[in-house]
Amino acid sequence: MTLAGSRDLRRYSRHLLIPEIGLAGQERLASSRALVIGAGGLGAPVLAYLAAAGVGRIGVLDDDSVDESNLQRQILFEHADIGRPKATVAAERLQALNPQITIDALQVRFDASNARDLVRLYDVVIDCSDRFTTRYCASDACSLEKKIEIFAAIFRFDGQVTRFDPDGPCYRCLFPYAPEPGSVPTCAEGGVLGVLPGIVGAWQASEALKALLQIGEPLRGRLLLVDALAARTREVRFARDPDCIRCGDRPTLFDPVDAHDDESTASIAGIAEVAPEELDAALRDALLLDVREPHEAVLGVIPGAVHIPASQLEARMHELDSAKRYIVACRVGVRSRWAIARLRDAGFQRVAHLEGGLLRYAALDAGFEFF
Amino acid sequence: MPVVRLVAFARLRELFGERREIALPEGAKVGDLWDTLLREEPHASALARGLRFARNGALCGAETALCEGDEISLLPPFGGG
Ligand SMILES: [Zn+2]
Repeated sequence: MTLAGSRDLRRYSRHLLIPEIGLAGQERLASSRALVIGAGGLGAPVLAYLAAAGVGRIGVLDDDSVDESNLQRQILFEHADIGRPKATVAAERLQALNPQITIDALQVRFDASNARDLVRLYDVVIDCSDRFTTRYCASDACSLEKKIEIFAAIFRFDGQVTRFDPDGPCYRCLFPYAPEPGSVPTCAEGGVLGVLPGIVGAWQASEALKALLQIGEPLRGRLLLVDALAARTREVRFARDPDCIRCGDRPTLFDPVDAHDDESTASIAGIAEVAPEELDAALRDALLLDVREPHEAVLGVIPGAVHIPASQLEARMHELDSAKRYIVACRVGVRSRWAIARLRDAGFQRVAHLEGGLLRYAALDAGFEFF
Repeated sequence: MPVVRLVAFARLRELFGERREIALPEGAKVGDLWDTLLREEPHASALARGLRFARNGALCGAETALCEGDEISLLPPFGGG
Protein backbone atom coordinates (compact mmCIF):
# COMPACT_ATOMS: atom_id res chain seq x y z
CA MET A 1 0.00 0.00 0.00
CA THR A 2 1.17 3.52 -0.72
CA LEU A 3 -0.25 6.85 0.30
CA ALA A 4 -1.92 7.87 -2.93
CA GLY A 5 -3.62 11.18 -2.38
CA SER A 6 -3.80 14.12 -0.03
CA ARG A 7 -6.90 12.52 1.55
CA ASP A 8 -4.63 9.85 2.98
CA LEU A 9 -2.05 12.35 4.17
CA ARG A 10 -4.31 14.46 6.39
CA ARG A 11 -4.69 11.55 8.84
CA TYR A 12 -0.90 11.40 9.27
CA SER A 13 -0.15 15.13 9.24
CA ARG A 14 1.27 15.08 12.80
CA HIS A 15 3.74 12.39 11.70
CA LEU A 16 4.60 14.27 8.51
CA LEU A 17 5.60 17.26 10.64
CA ILE A 18 8.33 15.23 12.39
CA PRO A 19 11.62 15.29 10.46
CA GLU A 20 12.44 11.70 11.61
CA ILE A 21 9.24 10.43 9.95
CA GLY A 22 7.99 12.74 7.21
CA LEU A 23 6.44 11.46 3.98
CA ALA A 24 9.14 8.84 3.40
CA GLY A 25 8.64 7.42 6.90
CA GLN A 26 4.87 7.39 6.59
CA GLU A 27 5.17 5.59 3.23
CA ARG A 28 7.47 3.10 4.92
CA LEU A 29 4.86 2.42 7.65
CA ALA A 30 2.16 2.02 5.00
CA SER A 31 4.16 -0.73 3.31
CA SER A 32 5.11 -2.44 6.61
CA ARG A 33 3.61 -5.56 8.19
CA ALA A 34 3.39 -6.21 11.94
CA LEU A 35 2.28 -9.38 13.75
CA VAL A 36 0.87 -8.90 17.25
CA ILE A 37 0.78 -12.17 19.21
CA GLY A 38 -1.97 -11.87 21.81
CA ALA A 39 -4.83 -9.37 21.77
CA GLY A 40 -5.00 -8.93 25.54
CA GLY A 41 -3.74 -6.28 27.95
CA LEU A 42 -0.52 -5.51 26.06
CA GLY A 43 -2.05 -6.24 22.68
CA ALA A 44 -4.80 -3.63 23.04
CA PRO A 45 -2.57 -0.52 23.12
CA VAL A 46 -0.04 -2.03 20.70
CA LEU A 47 -2.73 -2.79 18.12
CA ALA A 48 -4.50 0.54 18.54
CA TYR A 49 -1.32 2.61 18.15
CA LEU A 50 0.03 0.61 15.22
CA ALA A 51 -3.32 0.89 13.42
CA ALA A 52 -3.59 4.61 14.16
CA ALA A 53 0.00 5.13 12.99
CA GLY A 54 -0.85 3.61 9.61
CA VAL A 55 1.10 0.35 9.65
CA GLY A 56 -0.19 -1.08 6.36
CA ARG A 57 -0.84 -4.68 7.42
CA ILE A 58 -1.43 -5.86 10.99
CA GLY A 59 -1.90 -9.47 12.09
CA VAL A 60 -4.06 -9.85 15.23
CA LEU A 61 -3.39 -13.30 16.65
CA ASP A 62 -5.45 -14.64 19.54
CA ASP A 63 -7.41 -17.87 19.97
CA ASP A 64 -9.33 -16.67 23.03
CA SER A 65 -12.69 -14.96 23.51
CA VAL A 66 -13.51 -11.78 25.42
CA ASP A 67 -14.23 -12.40 29.09
CA GLU A 68 -15.80 -9.83 31.43
CA SER A 69 -12.63 -9.88 33.58
CA ASN A 70 -10.64 -8.64 30.53
CA LEU A 71 -12.49 -5.34 30.37
CA GLN A 72 -10.63 -3.86 33.38
CA ARG A 73 -7.58 -3.39 31.09
CA GLN A 74 -8.16 -4.66 27.52
CA ILE A 75 -9.52 -1.37 26.21
CA LEU A 76 -10.18 -2.53 22.64
CA PHE A 77 -13.20 -4.46 23.92
CA GLU A 78 -16.64 -3.42 25.13
CA HIS A 79 -19.18 -5.03 27.42
CA ALA A 80 -21.24 -6.27 24.47
CA ASP A 81 -18.20 -8.16 23.12
CA ILE A 82 -18.16 -10.68 25.99
CA GLY A 83 -17.98 -14.18 24.53
CA ARG A 84 -16.90 -13.05 21.04
CA PRO A 85 -13.49 -14.03 19.58
CA LYS A 86 -10.84 -11.44 20.46
CA ALA A 87 -9.19 -11.57 17.02
CA THR A 88 -12.50 -10.80 15.27
CA VAL A 89 -13.53 -8.01 17.64
CA ALA A 90 -10.08 -6.41 17.58
CA ALA A 91 -10.00 -6.54 13.78
CA GLU A 92 -13.39 -4.77 13.62
CA ARG A 93 -12.25 -2.01 16.00
CA LEU A 94 -8.95 -1.46 14.21
CA GLN A 95 -10.57 -1.40 10.80
CA ALA A 96 -13.05 1.19 12.08
CA LEU A 97 -10.17 3.23 13.51
CA ASN A 98 -8.24 3.15 10.24
CA PRO A 99 -10.02 1.96 7.07
CA GLN A 100 -6.84 2.55 5.03
CA ILE A 101 -4.96 -0.45 6.43
CA THR A 102 -5.37 -4.23 6.18
CA ILE A 103 -6.06 -6.34 9.27
CA ASP A 104 -5.51 -10.11 9.40
CA ALA A 105 -7.75 -11.63 12.11
CA LEU A 106 -5.87 -14.80 13.14
CA GLN A 107 -8.00 -16.85 15.52
CA VAL A 108 -5.38 -19.51 16.16
CA ARG A 109 -2.99 -20.58 18.90
CA PHE A 110 0.60 -19.57 18.10
CA ASP A 111 2.68 -22.72 18.50
CA ALA A 112 5.60 -24.65 17.02
CA SER A 113 3.40 -26.00 14.21
CA ASN A 114 2.62 -22.56 12.70
CA ALA A 115 5.17 -20.17 14.26
CA ARG A 116 7.65 -19.88 11.38
CA ASP A 117 4.96 -19.69 8.68
CA LEU A 118 3.17 -16.88 10.51
CA VAL A 119 6.28 -14.88 11.41
CA ARG A 120 7.57 -15.08 7.83
CA LEU A 121 4.61 -13.00 6.58
CA TYR A 122 5.49 -9.94 8.68
CA ASP A 123 8.38 -7.49 9.15
CA VAL A 124 8.20 -7.13 12.92
CA VAL A 125 6.64 -9.33 15.61
CA ILE A 126 5.29 -7.95 18.87
CA ASP A 127 5.03 -10.51 21.67
CA CYS A 128 1.99 -9.63 23.80
CA SER A 129 1.30 -13.24 24.81
CA ASP A 130 0.66 -14.48 28.33
CA ARG A 131 2.42 -17.83 28.56
CA PHE A 132 6.08 -18.80 28.60
CA THR A 133 5.75 -21.50 25.95
CA THR A 134 4.43 -18.92 23.47
CA ARG A 135 7.22 -16.48 24.40
CA TYR A 136 9.98 -19.03 23.70
CA CYS A 137 8.24 -20.15 20.52
CA ALA A 138 7.89 -16.53 19.27
CA SER A 139 11.52 -15.70 19.99
CA ASP A 140 12.76 -18.91 18.35
CA ALA A 141 10.64 -18.29 15.24
CA CYS A 142 11.83 -14.66 14.97
CA SER A 143 15.46 -15.67 15.37
CA LEU A 144 15.11 -18.39 12.71
CA GLU A 145 13.17 -16.19 10.27
CA LYS A 146 15.48 -13.19 10.87
CA LYS A 147 12.73 -10.92 12.20
CA ILE A 148 12.86 -8.24 14.88
CA GLU A 149 10.78 -9.05 17.96
CA ILE A 150 9.50 -6.48 20.44
CA PHE A 151 9.01 -8.22 23.77
CA ALA A 152 7.07 -7.24 26.88
CA ALA A 153 5.70 -9.04 29.93
CA ILE A 154 3.88 -7.83 33.02
CA PHE A 155 3.15 -8.78 36.62
CA ARG A 156 0.91 -6.74 38.95
CA PHE A 157 2.73 -3.35 38.91
CA ASP A 158 5.90 -4.42 37.05
CA GLY A 159 6.74 -4.60 33.38
CA GLN A 160 9.69 -5.77 31.26
CA VAL A 161 10.25 -4.48 27.72
CA THR A 162 13.05 -5.18 25.26
CA ARG A 163 13.83 -5.88 21.63
CA PHE A 164 15.37 -9.05 20.19
CA ASP A 165 17.24 -8.79 16.90
CA PRO A 166 17.87 -11.55 14.34
CA ASP A 167 21.57 -11.68 15.22
CA GLY A 168 20.76 -11.74 18.95
CA PRO A 169 20.37 -11.44 21.78
CA CYS A 170 17.16 -13.51 21.94
CA TYR A 171 14.73 -14.37 24.73
CA ARG A 172 16.80 -17.47 25.53
CA CYS A 173 19.90 -15.32 26.09
CA LEU A 174 17.94 -13.34 28.68
CA PHE A 175 15.98 -16.18 30.28
CA PRO A 176 17.52 -19.52 29.22
CA TYR A 177 15.35 -21.52 31.62
CA ALA A 178 11.57 -21.33 31.77
CA PRO A 179 10.41 -20.96 35.37
CA GLU A 180 9.12 -23.97 37.21
CA PRO A 181 5.51 -24.62 36.12
CA GLY A 182 3.11 -22.79 38.39
CA SER A 183 5.76 -20.65 40.11
CA VAL A 184 5.10 -17.48 38.07
CA PRO A 185 1.46 -16.37 38.03
CA THR A 186 -0.27 -15.05 34.91
CA CYS A 187 -2.55 -11.98 35.09
CA ALA A 188 -5.46 -14.38 35.71
CA GLU A 189 -3.57 -15.86 38.66
CA GLY A 190 -1.72 -12.95 40.21
CA GLY A 191 -3.75 -9.98 39.08
CA VAL A 192 -2.51 -6.85 37.33
CA LEU A 193 -3.05 -3.11 37.64
CA GLY A 194 -5.37 -2.28 34.74
CA VAL A 195 -3.29 0.62 33.40
CA LEU A 196 0.05 -1.25 33.57
CA PRO A 197 -0.32 -3.02 30.20
CA GLY A 198 -1.27 0.39 28.80
CA ILE A 199 2.05 1.89 29.91
CA VAL A 200 4.14 -1.11 28.89
CA GLY A 201 2.25 -1.81 25.65
CA ALA A 202 2.60 1.81 24.53
CA TRP A 203 6.34 1.45 25.02
CA GLN A 204 6.26 -1.71 22.89
CA ALA A 205 4.32 0.10 20.15
CA SER A 206 6.91 2.89 20.17
CA GLU A 207 9.76 0.37 19.75
CA ALA A 208 7.87 -1.40 16.94
CA LEU A 209 7.34 1.88 15.06
CA LYS A 210 11.01 2.83 15.58
CA ALA A 211 12.05 -0.56 14.22
CA LEU A 212 9.87 -0.16 11.11
CA LEU A 213 11.03 3.43 10.59
CA GLN A 214 14.66 2.56 11.44
CA ILE A 215 14.97 5.62 13.66
CA GLY A 216 16.28 6.34 17.14
CA GLU A 217 18.21 4.16 19.51
CA PRO A 218 16.69 0.66 19.62
CA LEU A 219 15.89 -0.95 22.97
CA ARG A 220 18.28 -3.69 22.05
CA GLY A 221 20.45 -5.47 24.62
CA ARG A 222 18.66 -3.44 27.26
CA LEU A 223 15.84 -4.78 29.43
CA LEU A 224 13.64 -1.89 30.47
CA LEU A 225 12.04 -2.48 33.87
CA VAL A 226 8.94 -0.47 34.66
CA ASP A 227 7.75 -0.26 38.29
CA ALA A 228 4.43 1.57 38.27
CA LEU A 229 4.09 1.41 42.06
CA ALA A 230 7.32 3.34 42.61
CA ALA A 231 6.89 5.34 39.36
CA ARG A 232 10.44 4.29 38.44
CA THR A 233 12.14 2.72 35.43
CA ARG A 234 15.47 0.91 35.41
CA GLU A 235 17.57 -0.72 32.74
CA VAL A 236 19.60 -3.93 32.72
CA ARG A 237 22.09 -4.45 29.90
CA PHE A 238 22.43 -7.89 28.38
CA ALA A 239 24.31 -9.34 25.42
CA ARG A 240 24.00 -12.29 23.09
CA ASP A 241 24.99 -15.36 25.08
CA PRO A 242 27.67 -17.34 23.19
CA ASP A 243 26.20 -20.47 24.83
CA CYS A 244 22.60 -19.70 23.79
CA ILE A 245 21.04 -22.81 22.22
CA ARG A 246 19.30 -20.66 19.57
CA CYS A 247 21.52 -17.67 18.74
CA GLY A 248 24.83 -18.70 20.37
CA ASP A 249 28.09 -19.65 18.69
CA ARG A 250 27.10 -23.32 18.37
CA PRO A 251 23.29 -23.34 18.22
CA THR A 252 21.49 -26.65 18.65
CA LEU A 253 17.92 -25.40 18.29
CA PHE A 254 16.71 -25.12 14.68
CA ASP A 255 12.95 -25.33 15.16
CA PRO A 256 10.75 -23.25 17.44
CA VAL A 257 10.04 -25.07 20.67
CA ASP A 258 6.82 -24.80 22.64
CA ALA A 259 6.92 -28.18 24.30
CA HIS A 260 8.32 -27.20 27.68
CA ASP A 261 6.40 -28.48 30.64
CA ASP A 262 3.73 -25.88 30.00
CA GLU A 263 2.83 -23.82 33.05
CA SER A 264 -0.86 -24.36 32.53
CA THR A 265 -1.43 -27.69 30.86
CA ALA A 266 1.33 -30.03 32.01
CA SER A 267 -0.03 -32.99 33.87
CA ILE A 268 1.98 -34.43 36.70
CA ALA A 269 2.77 -38.07 36.13
CA GLY A 270 0.95 -40.39 38.47
CA ILE A 271 -1.24 -37.73 40.06
CA ALA A 272 -5.00 -38.27 39.86
CA GLU A 273 -7.06 -35.49 38.33
CA VAL A 274 -10.47 -34.81 39.83
CA ALA A 275 -12.94 -33.27 37.38
CA PRO A 276 -14.97 -30.37 38.82
CA GLU A 277 -18.17 -32.41 38.36
CA GLU A 278 -16.70 -35.17 40.55
CA LEU A 279 -15.41 -32.95 43.36
CA ASP A 280 -18.45 -33.17 45.66
CA ALA A 281 -18.44 -36.98 45.54
CA ALA A 282 -14.66 -37.18 45.90
CA LEU A 283 -14.74 -35.02 49.04
CA ARG A 284 -16.68 -37.72 50.90
CA ASP A 285 -13.36 -39.45 51.67
CA ALA A 286 -10.89 -36.62 51.09
CA LEU A 287 -10.14 -33.08 52.24
CA LEU A 288 -9.96 -30.07 49.97
CA LEU A 289 -6.61 -28.28 50.32
CA ASP A 290 -7.06 -24.69 49.15
CA VAL A 291 -3.63 -23.19 48.33
CA ARG A 292 -4.79 -19.72 47.28
CA GLU A 293 -3.23 -16.70 49.00
CA PRO A 294 -5.18 -15.09 51.90
CA HIS A 295 -6.21 -12.00 49.91
CA GLU A 296 -7.99 -14.21 47.38
CA ALA A 297 -10.59 -15.24 49.98
CA VAL A 298 -12.69 -12.25 48.89
CA LEU A 299 -13.12 -14.09 45.59
CA GLY A 300 -15.03 -16.95 47.23
CA VAL A 301 -14.49 -19.35 50.16
CA ILE A 302 -14.96 -23.12 50.20
CA PRO A 303 -16.56 -24.33 53.45
CA GLY A 304 -14.68 -27.13 55.19
CA ALA A 305 -11.49 -26.70 53.15
CA VAL A 306 -8.01 -26.76 54.69
CA HIS A 307 -6.43 -23.44 53.73
CA ILE A 308 -2.64 -23.17 53.39
CA PRO A 309 -1.43 -20.58 50.85
CA ALA A 310 1.08 -21.99 48.34
CA SER A 311 3.63 -19.41 49.50
CA GLN A 312 3.49 -20.90 53.03
CA LEU A 313 3.15 -24.55 52.07
CA GLU A 314 6.74 -25.60 52.69
CA ALA A 315 6.84 -23.93 56.11
CA ARG A 316 3.45 -25.32 57.14
CA MET A 317 3.65 -28.82 55.67
CA HIS A 318 3.59 -30.27 59.23
CA GLU A 319 -0.05 -29.14 59.59
CA LEU A 320 -1.03 -31.78 57.04
CA ASP A 321 -1.38 -35.51 57.66
CA SER A 322 0.24 -37.63 54.95
CA ALA A 323 -2.14 -40.49 55.80
CA LYS A 324 -5.10 -38.43 54.65
CA ARG A 325 -6.24 -37.92 51.10
CA TYR A 326 -6.10 -34.34 49.82
CA ILE A 327 -7.57 -32.77 46.71
CA VAL A 328 -5.43 -29.72 46.03
CA ALA A 329 -7.07 -26.65 44.49
CA CYS A 330 -6.20 -23.07 43.61
CA ARG A 331 -7.96 -20.52 41.46
CA VAL A 332 -7.25 -21.86 37.96
CA GLY A 333 -5.21 -24.99 38.65
CA VAL A 334 -1.66 -23.72 38.18
CA ARG A 335 -0.27 -23.12 41.67
CA SER A 336 -2.04 -26.30 42.79
CA ARG A 337 0.24 -28.28 40.44
CA TRP A 338 3.25 -26.65 42.01
CA ALA A 339 1.86 -27.44 45.48
CA ILE A 340 1.32 -31.08 44.52
CA ALA A 341 4.92 -31.36 43.33
CA ARG A 342 6.10 -30.02 46.72
CA LEU A 343 3.76 -32.37 48.61
CA ARG A 344 4.98 -35.31 46.57
CA ASP A 345 8.61 -34.34 47.28
CA ALA A 346 7.68 -34.39 50.96
CA GLY A 347 6.31 -37.92 50.70
CA PHE A 348 2.57 -37.30 50.43
CA GLN A 349 1.19 -40.16 48.32
CA ARG A 350 -2.55 -39.58 48.48
CA VAL A 351 -2.91 -36.28 46.67
CA ALA A 352 -5.21 -35.49 43.78
CA HIS A 353 -5.59 -32.34 41.72
CA LEU A 354 -8.75 -30.32 41.03
CA GLU A 355 -8.78 -29.93 37.26
CA GLY A 356 -9.31 -26.33 36.15
CA GLY A 357 -9.22 -25.02 39.70
CA LEU A 358 -12.00 -23.51 41.77
CA LEU A 359 -13.01 -21.30 38.87
CA ARG A 360 -14.15 -24.30 36.83
CA TYR A 361 -15.85 -25.85 39.87
CA ALA A 362 -17.70 -22.59 40.56
CA ALA A 363 -18.88 -22.41 36.97
CA LEU A 364 -20.98 -25.56 37.60
CA ASP A 365 -23.10 -23.90 40.25
CA ALA A 366 -24.63 -20.52 39.49
CA GLY A 367 -25.52 -20.08 43.18
CA PHE A 368 -21.87 -20.19 44.21
CA GLU A 369 -20.44 -16.68 44.00
CA PHE A 370 -16.88 -16.91 42.72
CA PHE A 371 -14.79 -15.09 40.18
CA MET B 1 32.46 -8.07 54.53
CA PRO B 2 31.15 -6.47 51.33
CA VAL B 3 27.81 -4.72 51.77
CA VAL B 4 25.63 -4.83 48.66
CA ARG B 5 22.29 -3.27 47.86
CA LEU B 6 19.55 -5.62 46.75
CA VAL B 7 16.98 -4.54 44.14
CA ALA B 8 14.20 -7.04 43.64
CA PHE B 9 11.29 -7.07 41.23
CA ALA B 10 7.73 -8.38 41.28
CA ARG B 11 7.24 -11.31 43.65
CA LEU B 12 10.81 -11.15 44.87
CA ARG B 13 10.29 -7.54 45.93
CA GLU B 14 7.17 -8.66 47.77
CA LEU B 15 9.25 -11.30 49.57
CA PHE B 16 12.52 -9.49 50.19
CA GLY B 17 11.58 -5.81 50.14
CA GLU B 18 12.94 -3.06 47.97
CA ARG B 19 16.45 -1.65 48.12
CA ARG B 20 17.82 -3.26 51.24
CA GLU B 21 21.44 -3.65 52.18
CA ILE B 22 22.99 -7.03 52.91
CA ALA B 23 26.45 -7.83 54.29
CA LEU B 24 28.14 -10.94 52.95
CA PRO B 25 31.40 -12.71 53.81
CA GLU B 26 34.58 -11.71 51.98
CA GLY B 27 34.83 -13.44 48.59
CA ALA B 28 31.07 -13.98 48.35
CA LYS B 29 29.51 -14.41 44.92
CA VAL B 30 26.10 -13.46 43.55
CA GLY B 31 24.90 -17.04 44.10
CA ASP B 32 25.87 -16.80 47.80
CA LEU B 33 23.61 -13.75 48.13
CA TRP B 34 20.72 -15.80 46.72
CA ASP B 35 21.49 -18.65 49.15
CA THR B 36 21.44 -16.15 52.03
CA LEU B 37 18.04 -14.90 50.91
CA LEU B 38 16.72 -18.47 50.60
CA ARG B 39 17.55 -19.10 54.26
CA GLU B 40 15.22 -16.18 55.01
CA GLU B 41 12.41 -17.32 52.69
CA PRO B 42 12.89 -21.02 51.82
CA HIS B 43 9.81 -21.18 49.59
CA ALA B 44 11.40 -18.62 47.24
CA SER B 45 13.36 -21.63 45.91
CA ALA B 46 10.38 -22.24 43.62
CA LEU B 47 11.40 -19.10 41.74
CA ALA B 48 15.05 -20.11 41.33
CA ARG B 49 14.85 -21.86 37.97
CA GLY B 50 13.94 -18.89 35.77
CA LEU B 51 15.70 -16.24 37.87
CA ARG B 52 18.50 -14.03 36.51
CA PHE B 53 20.81 -11.64 38.31
CA ALA B 54 22.26 -8.28 37.35
CA ARG B 55 25.24 -6.53 38.91
CA ASN B 56 25.34 -2.74 38.61
CA GLY B 57 22.86 -2.72 35.73
CA ALA B 58 24.35 -5.56 33.66
CA LEU B 59 23.12 -9.16 33.50
CA CYS B 60 25.54 -11.49 35.29
CA GLY B 61 25.90 -15.12 36.37
CA ALA B 62 25.74 -16.63 39.85
CA GLU B 63 29.55 -16.97 39.83
CA THR B 64 30.12 -13.21 39.65
CA ALA B 65 32.09 -11.90 42.63
CA LEU B 66 30.49 -9.25 44.83
CA CYS B 67 32.20 -5.96 45.63
CA GLU B 68 31.47 -3.35 48.28
CA GLY B 69 28.62 -1.07 47.19
CA ASP B 70 27.38 -3.30 44.32
CA GLU B 71 23.76 -3.06 43.34
CA ILE B 72 22.44 -6.57 42.70
CA SER B 73 19.11 -7.02 40.93
CA LEU B 74 16.97 -10.14 41.13
CA LEU B 75 15.11 -10.48 37.83
CA PRO B 76 12.36 -13.08 37.64
CA PRO B 77 10.76 -13.69 34.23
CA PHE B 78 7.17 -12.41 33.99
CA GLY B 79 4.55 -14.35 32.10
CA GLY B 80 1.64 -11.92 31.98
CA GLY B 81 0.49 -10.06 28.91
ZN1 LIG C 1 19.91 -16.28 22.22
